[in-house]
Amino acid sequence: MSSLFEPVIGLEVHVQLTTDTKIFCGCSTEFGRTPNSQTCPVCLGLPGALPVLNRQVVENAIKAGLATNCRIAPRSVFARKNYFYPDLPKGYQISQFELPICEHGWLDIETEGRGPQRIGITRIHMEEDAGKLLHAEGEGGSRVDLNRACTPLLEIVSEPDMRSADEAIAYLKKLHQIVVYLGICDGNLEEGSFRCDANVSVRPRGQEEFGTRAELKNINSFRFIREAIDYEIERQIELIEDGGTVIQETRLFDSDKGTTRSMRGKEEAHDYRYFPDPDLLPLTVAPEWVERVRTELPELPEAKLARYQQELGLKPYDAEVLTADRKVAEYFEACLARHDNPKLCANWVQGDIQRKLNETGLAVNAIPVTPELLAGLLKRIDDKSISSNIAKQVFELIWESGKDADTIIEEKGLKQVTDSGAIEALVDEVLANCQPQVEQYRSGQTKVLGFMVGQVMKASRGKANPQLVNELLRKKLD
Amino acid sequence: MPFIDLNLQQLQSKLAGGEFSSRELTRAYLDRINATGGSLNSFITICEESAMAAAEAADIRRKKGDAAPLTGIPLAVKDIFNTEGIRTTAGSRILENYVAPYDATAVARLKEQGAVLLGKLNMDEFAMGSSNENSAAGPCRNPWDPSKVPGGSSGGSAAAVAARQAVATLGTDTGGSIRQPAGHCGVVGLKPTYGRVSRYGVIAYASSLDQVGPLARTVGDCALLLQAVAGYDPADSTSVDTPVPDYSAALGEDVRGLKIGLPKEYFIDGLDADVKQAVETAVAVYRDLGAEIVEVSLPHTDYAVACYYLVATAEASSNLARYDGVRYGRRIDNGSGLIDMYCSSRAEGFGDEVKRRIMLGTYALSSGYYDAYYLRAQKVRTLIRDDFNKAFDQVDLLLTPVSPTPAFKLGEKVNDPLQMYLSDIFTIPVNLAGTCAMSVPCGFSGQNLPIGLQLIGRPFGEETLLRAGHAYQQVTEWHLQKAKI
Ligand SMILES: [Zn+2]
Repeated sequence: MSSLFEPVIGLEVHVQLTTDTKIFCGCSTEFGRTPNSQTCPVCLGLPGALPVLNRQVVENAIKAGLATNCRIAPRSVFARKNYFYPDLPKGYQISQFELPICEHGWLDIETEGRGPQRIGITRIHMEEDAGKLLHAEGEGGSRVDLNRACTPLLEIVSEPDMRSADEAIAYLKKLHQIVVYLGICDGNLEEGSFRCDANVSVRPRGQEEFGTRAELKNINSFRFIREAIDYEIERQIELIEDGGTVIQETRLFDSDKGTTRSMRGKEEAHDYRYFPDPDLLPLTVAPEWVERVRTELPELPEAKLARYQQELGLKPYDAEVLTADRKVAEYFEACLARHDNPKLCANWVQGDIQRKLNETGLAVNAIPVTPELLAGLLKRIDDKSISSNIAKQVFELIWESGKDADTIIEEKGLKQVTDSGAIEALVDEVLANCQPQVEQYRSGQTKVLGFMVGQVMKASRGKANPQLVNELLRKKLD
Repeated sequence: MPFIDLNLQQLQSKLAGGEFSSRELTRAYLDRINATGGSLNSFITICEESAMAAAEAADIRRKKGDAAPLTGIPLAVKDIFNTEGIRTTAGSRILENYVAPYDATAVARLKEQGAVLLGKLNMDEFAMGSSNENSAAGPCRNPWDPSKVPGGSSGGSAAAVAARQAVATLGTDTGGSIRQPAGHCGVVGLKPTYGRVSRYGVIAYASSLDQVGPLARTVGDCALLLQAVAGYDPADSTSVDTPVPDYSAALGEDVRGLKIGLPKEYFIDGLDADVKQAVETAVAVYRDLGAEIVEVSLPHTDYAVACYYLVATAEASSNLARYDGVRYGRRIDNGSGLIDMYCSSRAEGFGDEVKRRIMLGTYALSSGYYDAYYLRAQKVRTLIRDDFNKAFDQVDLLLTPVSPTPAFKLGEKVNDPLQMYLSDIFTIPVNLAGTCAMSVPCGFSGQNLPIGLQLIGRPFGEETLLRAGHAYQQVTEWHLQKAKI
């Protein structure tokens, strides 16, 4: 990339909220149902129907605002965005324009390129989604499915504070993690629950003024966002270097070709004729409401990450792996609550549990080894009832049967042997069979002790307490 | 006395006393509608079958002893109220065959009481008009003189009451659409305070101004109908959650000591002499009844019509965007693409006045003009509201003419929209202020056309309006005059 130019990136993210019902009517928001089965006069835009605001949507918007350091407006206003399209039943979208519910927020990110950066969040507003057009093969014409019409969205608009695709991705991942942590969005990019438009421009390095920007739409994975931004930066720089000028336009990302192409013609300069929606009163949010939501906010990823390192003494990498997904963190904490050994819990959750999740594709809250069962197993490791190796076997058996560790240890007779009489007999047997090693040891090659410990363990089928074996062997040899 | 000459209060007591059944009563009204409806063109849809079925159900309900105040009472509503299973056109070609799958809240409340819906009444298309001439169903005529307009937009609602085709009706009022036709047809029409009656299921013209209200021959009957439909509705965010008083109880009080203001800006030079005289006579009646009459000022009155035609058309341009031919209503599709389908459906579906207002409103909201027009109009609206608030610091009620002239001839103002708009000059400010007002018959012109006086009350002051209107009807007989039809 030409270092003469600096990219400038701002992002608009649409977050689909996981409320049970739509933003302005009582219809279900469930995904994937028969077309138009989740509709009513309001979301169909029938004559005479009126919107009624879903309070849960407001509450979720407040959560998002607080988690991104925004100011929550005591008074905000819904506005109509007027345009014609067949998936828009009323001929206008109810959104917020001049007075959104959240403003002036920020998120901190860190990348290798520029290190830590604070990315401004201009605003967060609530709005309704449109329906979907279905183009049936061979049937001609289009069909309209309005199940999605009137489902709640938050639009989160950043300042043009990012300077590379890396920073854009870091910001998006952080935002994504936050809305999933808040439990207000399922975070599914492919299904469109978390959609991103990127405003990209370039300017000569050192220039204050922004270049003309292109708006990139239709990007549904983090990888594609990176590709689209990188392609667009490259395209604009080449265009300028070849003496051309960037025009303000909307461009669609083509994931097959990895390129962006102009949408011009369809997206001519729209005049949306925004005005306050007279069917909805201005929304007032009392400070008490904001404070209640604040106290009910879950611990956010950043705070959790710090706590895991400072209070639990976990390594940065472990803490990061455990906090990446709120559900995994919750699993870890549930386990920790029952067995207070952070390091052991962390090892198992990001080790064996994570491996199993990858192998099976299950969600952490759907696996047979519940935090209770795992804690039961870890207890037996710490009280030395079983060795770490036996624990791996027991873990597999818990996974298969759903039985607790104690039951399995009991049934399979896997309890560590700590009876020194029994172990002593095995030790004597091994010493008798390993005369050459005994000689070696006594001549100063004490490393062979490990071999003999192994032999005793093998003879006990793993159940002997290794420490005890060690002690007994030394006593007999020295 | 024939059924159709009885008022709602009288029908209630006779139905309760078993003097006749709702079936007999409903039959009589349907016969009356069939005999006179054609020449007046007051109804767009007559619901003969469902009305008789509802009457029968009402009679059974009464026998069981759980009759509500409106059980078995035949009523009719403006064709702007959605009615489940019955065509709802809003007077427009674009909805000529539209059948709603749900009832407007006001209609549902009437049905819950067991009222009988006789049919859907003629109106100006999407409630845009002051003469009922902008109707896809053709103009409605004034029962007092068929060459004259009944007023609009609730022309059918007023004409039907005047012609005794229904004892009472529901209309909607955005800039005078209940009060002006009530005045022109010699009946009582009440526009409640904005938020008093739910707008849910009422086809929107201008959402911040539209309000549902009753029309009837007496003030007492309006009180009864208002009682049935008023009250908070969770389905309408702009409906107000304040208790509904017992409106009929308010009728008993006299007007002694009531302070009535005459806004000087409403008694202008252009006022028709007959109208002026009738209203002045009414003022004298109130003085005789013991009310105190004072002059007040509403200084921003001159800006009301301009303000209204910006606010109302802006909202209408957006409210009517849903009529695009995609999901319901008229669709003209000659296969040349989406934009063409939109344009043709709307070009053929909407009438001239509706198109004019959509264009005005679109312009007022356009980027570059928004501040100068829409925003400025909102500021003027605040000033007009303040005018009323200040006036109500001094007086309990305002008294004005309803319209500058009695009913005009069909066709007289069709080609002069500005003249047409000015016929609402005294009613429009009330909608902008969001308060309540009522039109009460107060005389006749030299041509024997009814004249109405307008009483304007404080927000949620419907009781005072009804009390003053009722007191007036106790000592006058204008409301007892019958149109010869
Ligand atoms: Zn719905």
